[in-house]
Amino acid sequence: MYPRSFDYLVAHSKEEALDLLSERGSDVKILAGGQSLIPMMKLRFANPGTLLDINRIPDMDGITRDNGHITVQALARHADIVRSDVIRNGNAAMASAAPWIADPIVRNLGTLCGSIAHHDPEGDWASVLLATGADVVVEAKPGTEYSHPGADGAHAVGGERVIPIENFLVDMFATALHPTEMVTEIRVPTYARGGGDYQKLERKIGDYATVGVATHFELDDNDTITKAGVALTSVYAHNLKVTEAESLLVGNTPSTELFAEAAQIAKNACDPTDDVRGSAAYKRDVVRVFTERGLAASLEVARG
Amino acid sequence: MEVSITINGTERTVDVEPRRLLVDVIRENFGLTGTHIGCDTTSCGVCTVLLDGTPVKSCTMFGVQADGREITTVEGLKHAGELDPIQVAFKEMHGLQCGFCTPAMMLVGKALLEENPAPSEDDVRWAISGNLCRCTGYVNIVKSIQHAGELMADRATADA
Repeated sequence: MYPRSFDYLVAHSKEEALDLLSERGSDVKILAGGQSLIPMMKLRFANPGTLLDINRIPDMDGITRDNGHITVQALARHADIVRSDVIRNGNAAMASAAPWIADPIVRNLGTLCGSIAHHDPEGDWASVLLATGADVVVEAKPGTEYSHPGADGAHAVGGERVIPIENFLVDMFATALHPTEMVTEIRVPTYARGGGDYQKLERKIGDYATVGVATHFELDDNDTITKAGVALTSVYAHNLKVTEAESLLVGNTPSTELFAEAAQIAKNACDPTDDVRGSAAYKRDVVRVFTERGLAASLEVARG
Repeated sequence: MEVSITINGTERTVDVEPRRLLVDVIRENFGLTGTHIGCDTTSCGVCTVLLDGTPVKSCTMFGVQADGREITTVEGLKHAGELDPIQVAFKEMHGLQCGFCTPAMMLVGKALLEENPAPSEDDVRWAISGNLCRCTGYVNIVKSIQHAGELMADRATADA
């Protein structure tokens, strides 16, 4: 299978990439790992006129811990995240999810930023980011004026925007990213005391989730939950943040009963379909079981 | 577009359309047909090659992306007329049936052993989880990769 012809451009610096984006805009697709984009191009679902390869940009593959958050840059591969001590010690939900992304070979090329920009509605990472409260950092060439979605059509001047993940994800394959912008990093908050987890049921390695559940919470010194996240994969039209379950958890002390109640809310919130991966009724119940298990696993991490 | 790729240690320059997939550059331009095309949809892993030592699926990369980089295919495993330990191990442990997935399995196994010279069965099964064998002969593939680790260790001891 072959994509349509395209212009292939290579950027050697972020500035060069942003320049090319400001010139060519919606004609351009950025090529990072390409593990979702290239298959889409081969199927001719995506037909960019220009492919802008950012893989030659140096020093853009970092995973670092900065002031209160972990920064994952545009060229950090899923495999880098699997191996990263910063992730292992800094964000349990991400560390738990990373080995379940695609398969080991795809993980060698695919990137977190790319998969979020692509926004497959059944992607695993989006649930993890929704549960942990991540931000997406996007950049355009300074001085570029444009209107961007979610800002009432108002004009913004280029430069950096930091967008909360729930605002970044607009709808399936649609994000708040403007055509002249690129995702430069994802910021995931760190915490003093907390835990997280990702539960994924898949028919085989590399398949989409039949059901995925991301959980995350933070505790204060009195064991009270101060922040909580629950998000579901493949059981709704897009990744679903279960805010009602999150509000139930916050302000309470972890307990089996509390987790069971939150799991019931998640089960009621999802809306899976019958398909080859399983019946809707089955998936709903897996959501309940996985939410309970995920919260219990998160607690175990939190208590060290 | 002109690109230079070091393939199995030899730098070669080819003029390719940007949309030409790396697997076709390898098979058609370089004439190295040991790299196979299976699903063509990033699922089966038979097109796996090593890009600067790291396994990648060559059906999901454009040839132009490999400009200036090193590719190793199954044809590059043999050195000075001698089989690589991974090849010897696949032969001795009957790690291949029809042979279609074998080049990729060997390359993935080799990359695993670089990182983890004595992998457990579980380690090997995780490492090859992106590669399908339609003969479902995983048992001997796993044994072969573990055996290759032993052969490499023996060789290192003999050299020491």
